[in-house]
Amino acid sequence: MNAEYVLKRFLLFLAVIVVAVSINFIIPRLRDTNPIKERLYQLAAQGGVNVGKMEEMIEVWEKKFGLDQPLWKQYINYWNDVIRLDFGKTIADFTPVINEIMRSAPWTIGMLSVATVIAFVVGTVFGALLAWPKTGNFVKIFVPFLMTLSAIPYYLLGIVMIYTFAIYWPILPTSGAYGFGVRPEWSIEMVLSVISHAIMPAGSIVLTSIGFWGLGMRGMMITTMGEDYMKFAEYKGLKENRIFLSYGVRNAMLPQVTGLAISLGTILAGSVLVEVIFAYPGLGNLLYTAISSNDYFLMQGIMIFVIVSLGFALFVVDLLYPLIDPRINLQEQQS
Amino acid sequence: MKALKLINDNRMLTAGIITLIFVIFFGVIGSWFVDRERADVGAGRPAQPPSLDHWLGTDQQGRDVFADIVYGTPGTLKIGLIAAFVGVGVGTILGFISGYFGGYIDNFIRFISDVFMTIPVLMILIVLASLLDVMSNTMLGLLIAAFGWMGALRVTRAQVLTMRERAYIQVAKLNGVNDLEIIFKEMIPNLLPFIAASLVGASAGAVLASLGLSALGLGPQNEPSIGLTIFWVLHYGALIRELWWWFMPPIIVMVLLFIGLFMITAGLDRIANPRLRTKV
Repeated sequence: MNAEYVLKRFLLFLAVIVVAVSINFIIPRLRDTNPIKERLYQLAAQGGVNVGKMEEMIEVWEKKFGLDQPLWKQYINYWNDVIRLDFGKTIADFTPVINEIMRSAPWTIGMLSVATVIAFVVGTVFGALLAWPKTGNFVKIFVPFLMTLSAIPYYLLGIVMIYTFAIYWPILPTSGAYGFGVRPEWSIEMVLSVISHAIMPAGSIVLTSIGFWGLGMRGMMITTMGEDYMKFAEYKGLKENRIFLSYGVRNAMLPQVTGLAISLGTILAGSVLVEVIFAYPGLGNLLYTAISSNDYFLMQGIMIFVIVSLGFALFVVDLLYPLIDPRINLQEQQS
Repeated sequence: MKALKLINDNRMLTAGIITLIFVIFFGVIGSWFVDRERADVGAGRPAQPPSLDHWLGTDQQGRDVFADIVYGTPGTLKIGLIAAFVGVGVGTILGFISGYFGGYIDNFIRFISDVFMTIPVLMILIVLASLLDVMSNTMLGLLIAAFGWMGALRVTRAQVLTMRERAYIQVAKLNGVNDLEIIFKEMIPNLLPFIAASLVGASAGAVLASLGLSALGLGPQNEPSIGLTIFWVLHYGALIRELWWWFMPPIIVMVLLFIGLFMITAGLDRIANPRLRTKV
């Protein structure tokens, strides 16, 4: 790993942050509506505010939020807040945005990382078996089934699953992360409740992504089997299991592992739709709530948080590439 | 004869194209027989099960579900096609510039594309769509295209880089053929399969994104689309009320569309990577 490569990747990471913060700064200012005016008129409509003094009030509030300052100064102030992780407070109940984010992120990370790892393991084993000529035909029975599933959007599968397993044949809960009557503490009841609530959202993701991992592994495995060392292992009279696992799977799996690293790195941006459909209290659902209630601070906070952590995760993955798979030639990758 | 041989050799591609044509014709032919007004609010009594008058029943606001799907499918396809053609078009052009000229231009374009590849596209689309007040299907397509050009860029650039070194391009260059002529006469014809594969992939991605955005209620609300139908399904709790005639048809049509596109991609993949053809 050379310094130039690390520096390039780091610059990319910085650029992503700058773009993210700038977009977040610009977007609300692109709208011609004045959020303070909107909010005040809203309050006035509910009564209790003297409409005649409205202009004065707007000025006072604009000063309070620093909106009367020139644009470049606002931009610098905005950066200042972001660096201190001060994303403002939510409109709904004035809790700091960062607290809301920290409360939701573990749900997203927990559910999606488990789903991703399960799909990865099942898909990779499946793909390897598919490419292996001595595999029995029974494995191939699943191919059309899994290929079909992988073509279906996960949220549509989610809708079908809710109807099938929660309404038509009610064995699983429809929404939320744990049951209403369960106290959120470390107890067997709580753990079981969390698992039963995660089965459907995680299941919809697992089922629709097994095919993706399987196809990738199958392709790599076929390529690997054309290599000379596979022939050599066979002529040496090694046991088939050994050839399959230590020579075939082990070499074919490396690109899969980098794929897994990327998938795990991008988990936070994960699946807004699955969370909304299953009312799962993760970041995606929080973003949806923010949008529905026009909560700009919350929206901006989530966006910056997700973009920056994602950029950082991908930066780390980029640095790990050469360690995971020494065959990757950095120079080649760059050219 | 060549076409016949291709159909026989590549059943996956053929099956995919047939499925896709079926979905497209469903919208086109359906619109000859079904009045547009039936897809509007209040065309029938709300939430009625299928009957002779309403083949697939009606939704909570009295739209005829069959008419809604017939007019919604082309809407969704339109979003996908606009996004795919604009996105792949821009990506291909940038890929050519990047790969053919190299140097600083190449570095700059690749840097921008790397930034775009790192940001969470769907999340940004969700926020942008929520900030745009009035939206049409065309606008949504363009919005998705703005974030969907990087794949085509990568593919085109990689191909141009390898082609640039091939003998026939070098010969053309030495003969004094100008850049544009080389690009259009020598390179583009060889790139067509890759551009086609990019188009199919981008269409699937765009339909996926547009469905998601519309299902969240952030897409166009005044033109029928499948995503909008799904939004109403979720909004009125059609699942818990077991109104299967309302929520199953849009899902089935979309699943058919995605399977069709998937089979086309797999088929094109076999043309591009013949090694995968041998097994399974």
